Amino acid sequence: MTAPAIPPVYEMVIGLEVHVQLKTRSKAFCGCSTSFGDAPNTNTCPICLALPGALPVLNEKAVELAARAALGLGCTIHPVSIFARKNYFYPDLPKGYQISQFDQPLATGGKVSINVGDVDKSVGVTRVHMEEDAGKSLHDRYPGMTAIDLNRAGVPLIEIVSEPDIRSSKEAGAYLRTLRQILQYLGVSDVSMEEGSLRVDANVSARPVGQQELGTKTEVKNMNSFSGVERAVEYEFTRQCALLERGEKVIQQTLLWDASKGEARVSRTKEGSHDYRYFPEPDLLPLILHPEWLSTIKASVPELPADRRHRFGDEYKLGSADIDKLTSLPLVSDYYEATARISEDPKAAANWVMGEVQAAVNASGMPITEFPVRPADLAQLIKLIRDGLVSHTSAKMIFTKMVDTGKPAAQIAHELSLLQVGDETALAGWIDEVLAEHPEEAKRFLAGEKKLQGVLVGHVMKKSGGKADPRRVNQLLTSRAGAG
Amino acid sequence: MTIPDFGRLSASALAAKIDGGGVSPAEAVDTSFARAREAGAGKESLNLILWSDEQLARREVESFTKGLGRAGKGGRLTGVPIALKDNIATFGLPTTCASKILAGYVSPYEATAVTRLRQEGAIVVAKTNMDEFAMGSSTENSAYGPARNPIDLRRVTGGSSGGSAGAVAAGIVPLALGSETGGSVRQPASFCGVVGVKPTYGRVSRYGLVAFASSFDQIGPIARNVDDAALALEIIAGVDPKDSTSSSQKVLSYRDEFMPLATSPQPLDGLTIGVPEEYFPETLDTGIRSLCERSIDLLKSLGAKVVDVKMPNTPLAIPVYYIIAPAEASSNLARFDGVRYGARVKSATLRDMYAETRSQGFGPEVTRRILLGTYVLSAGYYDAYYKKAQAVRSLITRDFQTAFGSGIDALFTPTTPTTAFAVGAVTDPYEMYLSDIFTVTANLAGVPAMSLPIGRVGGLPVGGQVIASHFCESTMFRVAYALESALGGEAQQ
Amino acid sequence: MAVTEDDVRHIAELARLAVPPSTLGALVAELNGILTHMDVLTAVDTSAVEHVFSTPIEGTPLRSDSSGPLELFSARETFAPAMRDGFYLVPRLATHDDSSNTAP
Repeated sequence: MTAPAIPPVYEMVIGLEVHVQLKTRSKAFCGCSTSFGDAPNTNTCPICLALPGALPVLNEKAVELAARAALGLGCTIHPVSIFARKNYFYPDLPKGYQISQFDQPLATGGKVSINVGDVDKSVGVTRVHMEEDAGKSLHDRYPGMTAIDLNRAGVPLIEIVSEPDIRSSKEAGAYLRTLRQILQYLGVSDVSMEEGSLRVDANVSARPVGQQELGTKTEVKNMNSFSGVERAVEYEFTRQCALLERGEKVIQQTLLWDASKGEARVSRTKEGSHDYRYFPEPDLLPLILHPEWLSTIKASVPELPADRRHRFGDEYKLGSADIDKLTSLPLVSDYYEATARISEDPKAAANWVMGEVQAAVNASGMPITEFPVRPADLAQLIKLIRDGLVSHTSAKMIFTKMVDTGKPAAQIAHELSLLQVGDETALAGWIDEVLAEHPEEAKRFLAGEKKLQGVLVGHVMKKSGGKADPRRVNQLLTSRAGAG
Repeated sequence: MTIPDFGRLSASALAAKIDGGGVSPAEAVDTSFARAREAGAGKESLNLILWSDEQLARREVESFTKGLGRAGKGGRLTGVPIALKDNIATFGLPTTCASKILAGYVSPYEATAVTRLRQEGAIVVAKTNMDEFAMGSSTENSAYGPARNPIDLRRVTGGSSGGSAGAVAAGIVPLALGSETGGSVRQPASFCGVVGVKPTYGRVSRYGLVAFASSFDQIGPIARNVDDAALALEIIAGVDPKDSTSSSQKVLSYRDEFMPLATSPQPLDGLTIGVPEEYFPETLDTGIRSLCERSIDLLKSLGAKVVDVKMPNTPLAIPVYYIIAPAEASSNLARFDGVRYGARVKSATLRDMYAETRSQGFGPEVTRRILLGTYVLSAGYYDAYYKKAQAVRSLITRDFQTAFGSGIDALFTPTTPTTAFAVGAVTDPYEMYLSDIFTVTANLAGVPAMSLPIGRVGGLPVGGQVIASHFCESTMFRVAYALESALGGEAQQ
Repeated sequence: MAVTEDDVRHIAELARLAVPPSTLGALVAELNGILTHMDVLTAVDTSAVEHVFSTPIEGTPLRSDSSGPLELFSARETFAPAMRDGFYLVPRLATHDDSSNTAP
């Protein structure tokens, strides 16, 4: 007997702020490299060290990627946006302010469509704005000291702020995974939480079911995975519900998620000191985007995952599970599509890409773009199977060799003598020899004892050294039996 | 001394002499250092110069002279010794903004304006005293002590570019760079009896100029005459890819525009000059008023049509300026935190390190303005102060647009309401701010303006101000050059 | 709007300036003295004012992504107050395990 379901008393309300590092070579406001893992402070110059008298100049590529991201999220891009200074002191913030955008952001009003438990839902995107990253503070490297590395200071970011439309941790996870996939398709970021190129802050509040007004929210930071975000918002929601149940108030504050302990702790930074004194950045003019420029950016927006999923269903007649797997990553999806088109066999292409290709790519650790078996090579292999020139068993062997050597399938099949013989004269010769060598079975088979066909095929295969195409051998034997 | 009269030799005349072989660059530089010693430019007396290095300047001349031999042709300022305000990033000499917080700091990069002057052969001989971070109107707010006016040692040079104006007035260099935020070139130029120019905002790259208030700051030349000031501006002006706010408008050859008119009896023929009544309040010093009136009469006689004009929002300029400039300054000066450069006061905690480094590093006026600026930007006060001031700034800008849109080519006003005051005489911060009352409007509107000597009152120099429309420096120089010529040597007396 | 001692303490904290109690009163008086002169602005009608750019409006110029870094002509160590192994050093943050390494 199961307990009767208790109707939920409180509703979870979540808005997410996602910081995404844009894939540029140089920083947002200076020419320093954005590369990850270089010796500390080597990628710094007068501008990102905030030397007296240095001035920022905006990176064109950062604007392009930010605009493309905003368009991909269905936002309206504003022809004029304004950079603003967000003022606060922190040793890894060299200027004592972060260049960001405040009341006139790059873009507003987009949405992300998510699917949770087969229910479709749309999460609003309030705004997308450009800003620069801070440096890195290392607290445990030297006793009593904090070590500052400014290589990351000034790296271009966009902040994507969602509406408080998210109602469960599952929805939060779905939103983040969908968002990441869209950004991957757009090619604007590496979107790696491990490398810090995607960071998430969650605004969490609870309210009695049916209440319109939003409850007091808290901000939860420091999650380092999507599942961490799911756990953190669940934890915080539960904590807030308990408070409300006891008739206590939720205090607006910042909490830091501790993944190892599975709990969020109140940040000790003083709330009262967060007065960022935003004002328009006088060292930069307004960012003006001309319609012609915007239309070239619009043209560069690729097919997005949702559209591609629909198209794969229509065009390649794939099932939804296969579509999900094949569209999960844009490069895999591109690889599949090229293979499907060249081989003219979408089903076989799907099986190969989801099976052998994915396994080999994962094992190698290389991106699929550098995988030695290119779609045209795989398509050739698929055609060899379809034309009966190689067996499925041989094909797997050939594929492994292709991965190792990069040679074309036909060449490997030839070198390893794995090409099947489908030529009728050769097959008829072997059949004749087998029937002559096994007169008793031949007699019974030709008299109609069909079950002997398998044995005879086996003999033919053996005689051919495995090269005979078993399908053709079967066909030929069947026709002989029918004739006899 | 081969240039006994160096103190009266203009930069272009000196460059011509050097070019003609009459004087060597080494002699010119030696003269500058000798003159500095003779005038007592150091801390012990005038306190105009904070940093200089004679050996370095000599070495520079040597390597430069060798280069000349190879290149065959020198620049427009070959061998001319120049001085730079101490808030302009310079190789080889400290750049401290006359602040303790930057004690000993030598910039690892150089300002664009300095690079451009060096490319023309100028030799940097000194970094000059100033109000700390350019915050002040007397060069008394220097961590290294007040500068003194070479015309009268008991008096201030004006500020904040007091050291640069004083160095030119004392004949130590024929040319110097200052910087303007609210009158910091024109006001000391007026007090010291030299020519000072504030270019159109965006005309000169700010790259390497340590920011005070970014939306006002401009580097400007200080010279003995209008011609040298125009020459220097031609060299330092122009778009710089390192300064997003520098303008891509073409830089005109200002001297080619006004020189041909010099021989004309009516060089200002066809120009309309406005005289705004708000710049001649009843309280204006009568001596200054009568010198301005004499100049206005001269402008008429030079062919200009002179008209009265109203600039009704002028009285609001000081309040607007002293909200926006400190607001920007509070943010611009946040980088002085003792982490990456400059002085640091050792402390056990980061919070104390910040607070002690900054409190001990900044002087009282800088502290006052940082606090004021932080206040007007802080939550709850932003709209009432900062936003309101920006709106009123637009009204002041509109005053200029209206005037220049109604057929007026230039405005003529006094540069300052008083002559140089005695060191220590002005102690109330707001009274000091009022010293900028006639100059700050051009900074708010971004228009070019300059001061030139128009006579003396009680032995002290008086400056007249010419203001023109955005990027109309040519017109400004044309008016100033004609007036200077008409005044002859009189203005210096 | 008069500035109070609490206001000055608050803005001094925001600006990371130490204001000793002995100078607090004088600072409050000075700031109020200055701000009194700013009050004329409240009387100005700016309701119809649109922002007038002081210079002709152009968009902020854009730099090529491959423009390369600007050079530092002396090593960072030569002008840094405290550096070790290429890192800038500061006293350890009291709240280090809170603020971690992310911007607020």
